[in-house]
Amino acid sequence: MKLHIQGARLIDPASGLDAQQDVFIAGNRVVGLAQPPVDFTADRVIDARGLVVMPGLVDLAARLREPGYEYRATLESEMQAALAGGVTSLVLPPDTDPTLDEPGLIEMLKHRARLLNQARLYPLGAMTVGLKGEKLTEMAQLTDAGCVAFSQADEPVTDTTMMLRAMQYARTFDYALWLRPQDPWLGRGGVAAAGAYAGRLGLAGVPVQAETIALNTLFELQRMTDVRLHLCRISSAAGLELVRAARAEGLRVTCDVGIHHVHLTDVDIGYFDSQSNLTPPLRSQRDRDAIRAALADGTIDAICSDHTPVDDDSKLLPFSEAEPGATGLELLLSLTLKWARETDTPLVKALGRVTSMPAEVLGSRVLASCGRIEVGGTADLCLVDLDAMWTVSAQTLCSQGKHTPLLGIELPGRVRTTIVDGQVVYESQA
Amino acid sequence: MTPLPDAEALYAELRRAVQAAIAQLPEGSVHLVGIHSGGAWLADRLHADLKLPGRPGALNISFYRDDFDRIGLHHQVLPSDIPFDVNGKHLILVDDVLYTGRTIRGAMNELFDYGRPASIQLAVLVDRGGRELPVAAALCAARIDVPANTSINLTRDGDRFAISLETSADA
Amino acid sequence: MRNPQLNRNGELTHLLTLDGLPRDIVNHILDTAETFVPLADRDIKKVPLLRGKSVFNLFFENSTRTRTTFEIAAKRLSADVYNLNINASSASKGESLLDTISNLSAMQADVFVVRHSASGAPHLIAQHVAPHVHVVNAGDGWHAHPTQGLLDMYTIRHYKRDFTNLTVAIVGDVLHSRVARSDINALTTLGVPEVRVIGPMTLLPGGLEHMGVKVFHDMREGLRDVDVVIMLRLQNERMRGALLPSAQEYFKNYGLTQEKLALAKPDAIVMHPGPMNRGVEIDSAVADGKQAVILNQVTFGIAVRMAVMSIVAGAGPA
Repeated sequence: MKLHIQGARLIDPASGLDAQQDVFIAGNRVVGLAQPPVDFTADRVIDARGLVVMPGLVDLAARLREPGYEYRATLESEMQAALAGGVTSLVLPPDTDPTLDEPGLIEMLKHRARLLNQARLYPLGAMTVGLKGEKLTEMAQLTDAGCVAFSQADEPVTDTTMMLRAMQYARTFDYALWLRPQDPWLGRGGVAAAGAYAGRLGLAGVPVQAETIALNTLFELQRMTDVRLHLCRISSAAGLELVRAARAEGLRVTCDVGIHHVHLTDVDIGYFDSQSNLTPPLRSQRDRDAIRAALADGTIDAICSDHTPVDDDSKLLPFSEAEPGATGLELLLSLTLKWARETDTPLVKALGRVTSMPAEVLGSRVLASCGRIEVGGTADLCLVDLDAMWTVSAQTLCSQGKHTPLLGIELPGRVRTTIVDGQVVYESQA
Repeated sequence: MTPLPDAEALYAELRRAVQAAIAQLPEGSVHLVGIHSGGAWLADRLHADLKLPGRPGALNISFYRDDFDRIGLHHQVLPSDIPFDVNGKHLILVDDVLYTGRTIRGAMNELFDYGRPASIQLAVLVDRGGRELPVAAALCAARIDVPANTSINLTRDGDRFAISLETSADA
Repeated sequence: MRNPQLNRNGELTHLLTLDGLPRDIVNHILDTAETFVPLADRDIKKVPLLRGKSVFNLFFENSTRTRTTFEIAAKRLSADVYNLNINASSASKGESLLDTISNLSAMQADVFVVRHSASGAPHLIAQHVAPHVHVVNAGDGWHAHPTQGLLDMYTIRHYKRDFTNLTVAIVGDVLHSRVARSDINALTTLGVPEVRVIGPMTLLPGGLEHMGVKVFHDMREGLRDVDVVIMLRLQNERMRGALLPSAQEYFKNYGLTQEKLALAKPDAIVMHPGPMNRGVEIDSAVADGKQAVILNQVTFGIAVRMAVMSIVAGAGPA
């Protein structure tokens, strides 16, 4: 199918391009920018005046709740939510049920995703069997089946020797490890950031040191092994200082932050609102400001949604009993736009944090053109009305995860069309 | 509308009536009970002027009103204080203005939670009519007619009483 | 965000916490409690104020003492009282908190008195009850025990009258204490110029300075010249090793003895929310001594709870 996207403002963070340029697609590739190739006759012309055309978003963390948690969300519903949010590639953490530690499971997931013909699915393999932190998984076989890296999701590894072995093994084959820095004991049972607000509310706190002590441990082990390390969901100013120093030192470190942490702080818990029960917990204003500064100076590579569908029964509980997590696939783009506007960050830079930079983190395990629009590259892109406002609600969200601290809030940016592999897979006027 | 009488003159008339009523009852068996705030002021002054023994009682009828569901709990004046045994006594209930009669009903309910009096008489400074319950004041200094949107207020300056009217915006 | 405890007219419709409760509402509750105190001396200790209303005691966490005082208070207001010990029933069968509340609301409840082990549970309940239903927090997790805070303030007002020239010390496990948090909130709202907490570092939360409190680890230093000493109960779990080595060592450093009490002002009063662990946080000689007002706290507690229930039950919908 030959597509001509006409009249849009093209923003491609990878090349730094922000200009009025038409896009020409044939088959599954972008075959022309601004000018069509010779002898190009479009089968369909999409009138994109007033819209932005940008690479499809690359989301480094989205839980789809399959296999195992189908009563909360399904592959179909969540892949649909991804497209509604303009997300064309997403990375799946391994904490499914059973955990993603078997090549057969990975193949089954990728097969089902391919059949749905929606976004691209990149699973993370479990670093240890059952995520228990005791036995290494068959990383080579899992990689052959399609895993892009290895992770412990939110499960701690209490045995430092085991963590060292995992790093050594991964380094042998140059696999990347994606790890959340959290000390297994400090802040165990904590449900909010330790500090004045949690203290006032009588909520058990997770101190910042739970993150910094874990980071120090991980960096020390990394110095011994030179493994490629991606740090998931940094939450604190102190943690970011450590990451900054590690990168300056030359360690092979990248990191991401959850989109909710770019906007919210512990005070947003308000009167015990479980919607704001997240992990890592929302921290102080100082920490949020440090996250924004780190996004500006590149210490943080990417913003992800950390999409976690939670059902009503698990959220409508007293704060400390509620399950942490929020829906995010459909909020990632809007919240990134909001952050860009609030900080006067040029879109070509801001949108890079959800397109080209996450693709760089994924490295060679994904398509060369992932997260970018270039002639000859695969056509994964979305058309966005930057100025359309929408209110976050159970009705406007496609995901089965209806819980987010942003419920009832009006946000900018609506995806009108999503194209994966050269095909229009989502269109909406709403 | 009749012109407003002088409060001191009314008080003098009330005192005369109460003194006469007490004279009809067995000595030592009579107690004054004033309803906060205006009735309690009147009872205090009557008690002193008539040189009665002990102390008069005072009632805060907030817990016995019939309008709790409509307007909730009143902001408090002083608590009830009945410093004598009510059982078998002749009580003279004192209030400043008698209107619908609901305050007096509440006051009597409250008094019966303290014990069983031998009798209760009602002494008021002003009866403004408008009764909604079968309540009557045997001892009353004056009858005054005012429109429904107007309230009659007793005030106290030192030990002198004054009466004023207050009309509310909505009838 | 509107204070969830107040209705559109600014009236108190739920009592969930003393944090952020305006001073005039606190004073209104104390003044109202004062009018209920004389009832205890009457033969008929009841008033008909809440006649026909149903008060449900929902205790998700056991407490016979607190539940009994709420029951007495409600009955003295002529309300019908129903006690539900949720431990034993539906919750353990997996019924969610909100489903339990819906079922009970269908039984025409007017007031829910709630005790729960999770901070914030009464707030969640208050958000989900029908407009005419009122929630009173009888203690939630570590967060708040507002009626205890109020009766503690009533007690202090009874003995000391003026809050604005007092020094008050709270001793013990502040970290896990909803009573301490409510007391601190009330004391600062009422204008107490110096609030102190005394305890070992393991039992004091960080960030207390933000609440306007001075921290002492040395009890003798902390008790010097105070007007009011509030002793907190040390729960058994805390004495098991991770936070404190033993009850004996705790008593040595943080137990209130005659000798330590002598450092406070001569007319200082000693308070305790109860039940007391004699020999752990407080010496029997002090507990039974003339400066202790602990039994009066219990009496005042009934009047305060009557005041709270009267005020919220009479407020319009949220």
